[in-house]
Amino acid sequence: MYAQNVSTGTQGVRDADELSPEEAAFQARIDGNIKIEPKDWMPAAYRKTLIRQIGQHAHSEIVGQLPEGNWVTRAPTLERKAILLAKVQDEAGHGLYLYCAAETLGISRDELMNKLHSGEMKYSSIFNYPTLTWADMGAVGWLVDGAAIMNQVPLQRTSFGPYARAMVRICKEESFHQRQGYSIMMSMVSGTPAQKEMAQDALNRFWYPALMMFGPSDKDSVHSDQSMAWKIKMNTNDELRQRFVNETVPQAHYLGLTIPDDDLVWNEETGNYDFSQPDWEEFKAVLKGNGPCNRERLGARIKAWEGGEWFRDGLAAYAEKAAKRRVAA
Amino acid sequence: MPSLSDMNTDDVTKLADIAAAEQTHDAHVTNVETRPAFFEWLCRMGDTTLILGQRLSEWCGHGPALEEDIALTNTALDLIGHTQLWLGLAGEVENEGRSADQLAFLRDALKFRNVLLVEVPNGDMGVTTMRQFLFDAFHYELLQRLTESTSPRVAEIAAKALKEVSYHVERSTDLVVRLGDGTPESHDRMQQALDILWSYTGDMFVSDGVDATMAEAGIAPSPDTLREAWLARVEDVLDEATLNVPDNASCIPAARPANTRSIWATSCPICSFCSAPIRAPAGSRWRGAV
Ligand SMILES: [Fe+2]
Ligand SMILES: [Fe+2]
Repeated sequence: MYAQNVSTGTQGVRDADELSPEEAAFQARIDGNIKIEPKDWMPAAYRKTLIRQIGQHAHSEIVGQLPEGNWVTRAPTLERKAILLAKVQDEAGHGLYLYCAAETLGISRDELMNKLHSGEMKYSSIFNYPTLTWADMGAVGWLVDGAAIMNQVPLQRTSFGPYARAMVRICKEESFHQRQGYSIMMSMVSGTPAQKEMAQDALNRFWYPALMMFGPSDKDSVHSDQSMAWKIKMNTNDELRQRFVNETVPQAHYLGLTIPDDDLVWNEETGNYDFSQPDWEEFKAVLKGNGPCNRERLGARIKAWEGGEWFRDGLAAYAEKAAKRRVAA
Repeated sequence: MPSLSDMNTDDVTKLADIAAAEQTHDAHVTNVETRPAFFEWLCRMGDTTLILGQRLSEWCGHGPALEEDIALTNTALDLIGHTQLWLGLAGEVENEGRSADQLAFLRDALKFRNVLLVEVPNGDMGVTTMRQFLFDAFHYELLQRLTESTSPRVAEIAAKALKEVSYHVERSTDLVVRLGDGTPESHDRMQQALDILWSYTGDMFVSDGVDATMAEAGIAPSPDTLREAWLARVEDVLDEATLNVPDNASCIPAARPANTRSIWATSCPICSFCSAPIRAPAGSRWRGAV
């Protein structure tokens, strides 16, 4: 999802009799659905994994501003412009909540930024795909925010208090994001043939990258068990992906669009759609930095950060001077 | 994930009808005599907020800090909202069936009537912040006067916008002071920005025939009457920011053909490229689903 493939640094889940008394008490709290708060004792690996996961999620929010941000000035109506602006602004807000949640674990926003810029920390693979037409604003809201919601709704019950609370605030906004995307698709498919073609093309390009957002298949997802025991991951990747497909296919049909998958078929027995997996080699390549827009996205973030240094320093220097003046007065 | 039916509710048209029915009666809107001037003046208002909103949107995702990114977007959102109101009213006054969107997106760059200052490219955050402050201070004075307009519709829009712009000016003032009196580098950048922008400020106060007609009808003040209050505020703030006010002579506007405002034809933020989607063939749909 926004946090894909997060390593826990552990070798699978250990049995109860292998845990220290502290660890056992910690696990008992989690099993009893009592939230872990920043001041509580927690295993080092739990802290580390959460920093990775929340950090990656935060980075995804702010890098995720870029593919849509570049269409704000080109939105076709004033209303659409305002809606898109509000949406991209929300994403910056999500980044902010999440960096704050990560800070409670003892890592600063600056440190996290540096890790993003050095490539040590990742963001969701989805944002390394380009947005080529206005229909992509529809597809991104509908599919990308849609996939995000699938993952984030259960995370409202995650074991770490600040993360769970950030998710509650974020989820409220995400369904608006998805609806505005779907509404763009609705108007495109009821427009000219060229507009409908644009909408179909956007779906074709975003379908498989959206499926990748849920991360590798369960059988290849080595860190899932520990994360699920800690309740920082609530469902498996495949469960969420299946749910997403089941919800999205009827929405595509309603739009009169075709999911680009010849093997997509409703399975009466399982009560699910059978569907084709995305190309996992492509997924790995994108995570490694070789997607179509990796360099551009990271480059834009680094440029914003470095170009803003004098601005942040200026504000900090003023605050310091003002504090001194207050003391002197 | 919202259900399919959730995704299809479309109350937008209904809401628009309700809003239209609630519109205040305003004799100025249908006055044929003042129509050309009133229309032109409303375009000046709407174009100014549109262009600045557009410029600020360029920062979306590229701000120097998350908080600043959010604040810039907020201001842009307010300004786009004002644009909808000003250009919407312009379309009504013109009475030729043009919507705010058509006025915003389907005119050529040379037909824009915004004040020059808001067109100046973003540059660094120094230019963006200083441009914002110099404009906000003007915008605030103007809107305050417009709340007393003899046109109830204008007064209504001004009252709504004034609430937001009071906050804009508070915020940009604060930033100018902090950055001006921050580090030597932030100080230099702010001074440089001021030096670049100062010569465009005089243009905000140029008053022509359109303004005279508006002033006579009591719809809007003549811009030259706003300069004194603007300058007093600006000098105060720049002083606190330890910045030097450039020589006043340099803010005398360059001569320009009557009613021509845009000079950045090549960098106009509403160029044919930006508005490409709406130039698509007739019948293209961009609005609600229905
Ligand atoms: Fe988000
Ligand atoms: Fe979102």
